[in-house]
Amino acid sequence: MSLTQEEIIYLKDKLKRQPNDIELSIVQAEWSEHCSYKSSKPYIKLLPTEGKRVIIGPGHDAGVLDLGDGYVVTVHIESHNHPSVVEPYGGAATGVGGVIRDILSMGTRPIAIFDALRFGNIKKSNHAKWLFKHVVRGIADYGNCLGIPTIAGEVEFDNSFEHYCLVDVASIGIGKKEDIVTSHADNEDFVVLVGGSTGRDGIHGASFASKALEEENRAAVQIPDPFLEKLLIEATIEAINAKCVKAVKDLGGGGLSCCLSETADKIGKGIEVDISKVHVREEGMTDAELLNSESQERMLYIVDKPNMKQLFSIFDKYEINYSIIGKVKDHTNLVIKHNNDVIADMPASLVANAPLGNRITRVPEYVEQLKKVMKVSIPTDLNTILLNMLANPSIASKRYVYEQYDHEVGIRTIVKPGYGDASVLRLDNGKFLAFKLDGNSKQCFIDPYYGSMGCFAEACRNVIAVGAEPIGMVDHLQFGNPEDQEIFWTFTEVIRGISDYSRVMNIPCVGGKVSFYNESDNGPIKPSPVIGVIGLIDNVSQIRTSLIKENDLVLIIGLTKDEVGGSEYQEYIHGIVGGNVPKTNPSYDVRVMHTMLDLIKNDLIRSVHDCSKGGLAIALSEMCIVSNIGIEIDLANVPNECSRIDDLLFSESHSRFVITIKNNKLSNVIDLLENNNIHYGIVGEVTDNLIRFTQGGTNVVNVDVDKAADIWINTLEEIMEHG
Amino acid sequence: MKIGIVVFPGSNCDMDVHYVFRKVLHTNTEFIWHKHNNLQDYDAIILPGGFTYGDRLRAGVIAAFSPVMKEVKRLATEGKPILGICNGFQILVESGLLPGAFMKNDSLKFVCKWINITVETNRTPFTYGLKLNHQISIPVANQEGRFFADPKTLKTLELNNQIIFKYHNDNPNGSVNAIAGISNMKGNVVGIMPHPERASENILNPFGNNDAILIFKSLLDYMDEQK
Repeated sequence: MSLTQEEIIYLKDKLKRQPNDIELSIVQAEWSEHCSYKSSKPYIKLLPTEGKRVIIGPGHDAGVLDLGDGYVVTVHIESHNHPSVVEPYGGAATGVGGVIRDILSMGTRPIAIFDALRFGNIKKSNHAKWLFKHVVRGIADYGNCLGIPTIAGEVEFDNSFEHYCLVDVASIGIGKKEDIVTSHADNEDFVVLVGGSTGRDGIHGASFASKALEEENRAAVQIPDPFLEKLLIEATIEAINAKCVKAVKDLGGGGLSCCLSETADKIGKGIEVDISKVHVREEGMTDAELLNSESQERMLYIVDKPNMKQLFSIFDKYEINYSIIGKVKDHTNLVIKHNNDVIADMPASLVANAPLGNRITRVPEYVEQLKKVMKVSIPTDLNTILLNMLANPSIASKRYVYEQYDHEVGIRTIVKPGYGDASVLRLDNGKFLAFKLDGNSKQCFIDPYYGSMGCFAEACRNVIAVGAEPIGMVDHLQFGNPEDQEIFWTFTEVIRGISDYSRVMNIPCVGGKVSFYNESDNGPIKPSPVIGVIGLIDNVSQIRTSLIKENDLVLIIGLTKDEVGGSEYQEYIHGIVGGNVPKTNPSYDVRVMHTMLDLIKNDLIRSVHDCSKGGLAIALSEMCIVSNIGIEIDLANVPNECSRIDDLLFSESHSRFVITIKNNKLSNVIDLLENNNIHYGIVGEVTDNLIRFTQGGTNVVNVDVDKAADIWINTLEEIMEHG
Repeated sequence: MKIGIVVFPGSNCDMDVHYVFRKVLHTNTEFIWHKHNNLQDYDAIILPGGFTYGDRLRAGVIAAFSPVMKEVKRLATEGKPILGICNGFQILVESGLLPGAFMKNDSLKFVCKWINITVETNRTPFTYGLKLNHQISIPVANQEGRFFADPKTLKTLELNNQIIFKYHNDNPNGSVNAIAGISNMKGNVVGIMPHPERASENILNPFGNNDAILIFKSLLDYMDEQK
């Protein structure tokens, strides 16, 4: 039993009687941290959620944004961490399934999948390697089978994830504004359970995910069936096009318990179901098991009598099982029967709204300690350092991952993984959509406020770099035990960082998720917010990639500072955790954003690359590698406040872009940058086949593009297949 | 002229092929649900890619027993053009319309990437307008895409000019003799492992031309000629 004493007393008080065991099991699922947000709710309210394009904000299955021309985009993000740690293939696959059904529940067709993954040190740990391999395969097999392209993401490796992993999956859907399913229902409408049969898999999964991982509870992990999910998608879209459903809700964490109570609460009506009507996969399941099973690929539909026949003919066409399990009633209770016996009867709003936890915060001691770090001497051989950085699994090409994902199906993927900072999708109204997920556990650990703001800033830059204007964001916030005051402090700091950035940039939050209790025998994870930013591109001519061409001039936008705290350079090369985390200034970023978009709209720049993990040296190297051409840079012309050359190369200061332009556009570019008071430097040109950095005539780095490419492109595959 | 795209449970490239025929080539094209058993109205049939029946047992093996396949076989003997793409190719092999078999990729992983194929013969309706050895930039996306045939079958394929496409330099799945597409003896039934519908528009191909559309255009030209 995961309910606290106080919660049981609260429940008794409200019911004015003793709850029975079935009722307790329903409430336990719904009041789990995973489903109820009882720790985070008072804080996530602080996130700005309003904007001119927001049709439906947080608190629903997915956020909905207006794209114009009668089209909408839906977006949602979920994690499946605990299950993936125990059973990486099934855990990750069902994570994809869950987020896809959320998009579907809004009445929109899912058109893309994105993933943000975090693992331990795959170079040293076979366990981390095993998790990584099977998580990627789980996502691949599920998404590929659905025919929904997985088109972008990020992977971070950090020692702190040694016995754990984070698997975040986001999805985007598109549809017509008029087809959005806003749940409503009337008395005597039918409640229909559709799809997978209910079995004993995923029992109490939500409760399992709401405490630290102490033992491998395999029964709490669900079993994936992407083929059935594909049929569910097609049947649901067909039903929505035929306008024969009133409400659609996916079954996820907490199974029927949560789905029924949340649906009843949302439609403001009662729901009465007979649990014996549920189609099952095994005999002898108890009522509590039926209510709390998290068997996958199930949806709940509400349909009225006149439309029932048509809806069922659609299910029959796809040979999907369904059962009419109950009816909507003119009261506001959730009533569960077994045949004619009432086995649970509680107000739906009571079940769906857990009493909020009162969490206390305390600044962790380590925060102050980590501010000061040992200074290392400047490495003499920066060529080797650069090559080692390119071989850092967090920085190396993620080709090993994205080639296992069908990223082309749907014929919408205009900017492919590996060629731009965000992937770009073609929409049905002639516009284009960019989306990117970003996280940075290393920086969020040292400074959760600036770290989380930085994740948001980086996701924005990635979207801007392909020519898109950010129009909304989703966040997935992952931490250890919220009852730990220090961990809860990091959560409140993350909320503050994201809110402050969101407000100034005017990018509303349209959805998200909070996941606590991410702990293993190795202790709690580092605070790990992942931010997804959606951007819109009006015209194909505004799409940019990081492909550079011979004789292009290279410019650096933004200021480089001694900000190597939590950087890949300091942690991967020197093994030092702490120091000065990059701090972004949101009001400066607003100016940079508008200037960059102006430069792109006026067709003044050819290619753009965001400058973040690995700093300037890595951003420039990546451009050379993907374009198969060299670059010559004079570091003396980089706008900076750095005290040392290695900081200049590898600092992860925010607000920076590398751009390349044609010579004849230079004066126009400079005018725009100066008018907006943006730091810039004309640092070099695209030429030859070397990555060459000098400083006032002295050689700093001189590496063959081919050599750099070989390392950057093949490192992950090498580690995974032969390491 | 009317093209039919067969939709099986789990097909997932049906809408993409439909888009290319309708929006890019402005051709009358319809979806055909796999339970349909009369294809008399159609001049050519496409079996699109996907994961029919979740690739259970073996890719394409269950779909090969769908009711519609009886009719597809009948059209094949009539000499009507039939194209199977990716999973569609696997279905054609499983239903005996094309020889050979498919195995898991040699990497044992799903692979999605852009590669080049060459045109090995233009005697089929789908290579009718293409030059021999013409290179086409095109993406693959498969898990069981490794075409295999025993030496005797391979010999027959070669002698009868039934090898239609080969991978150029980079063989993404380890298929025997780098085979990317074959036909039946007559040449009217063709299977191709990469996805021409994903490379039929310039905007979708950052690596070069949109020549993959010539595969579909060939079909339209061929059918025009037949009339």
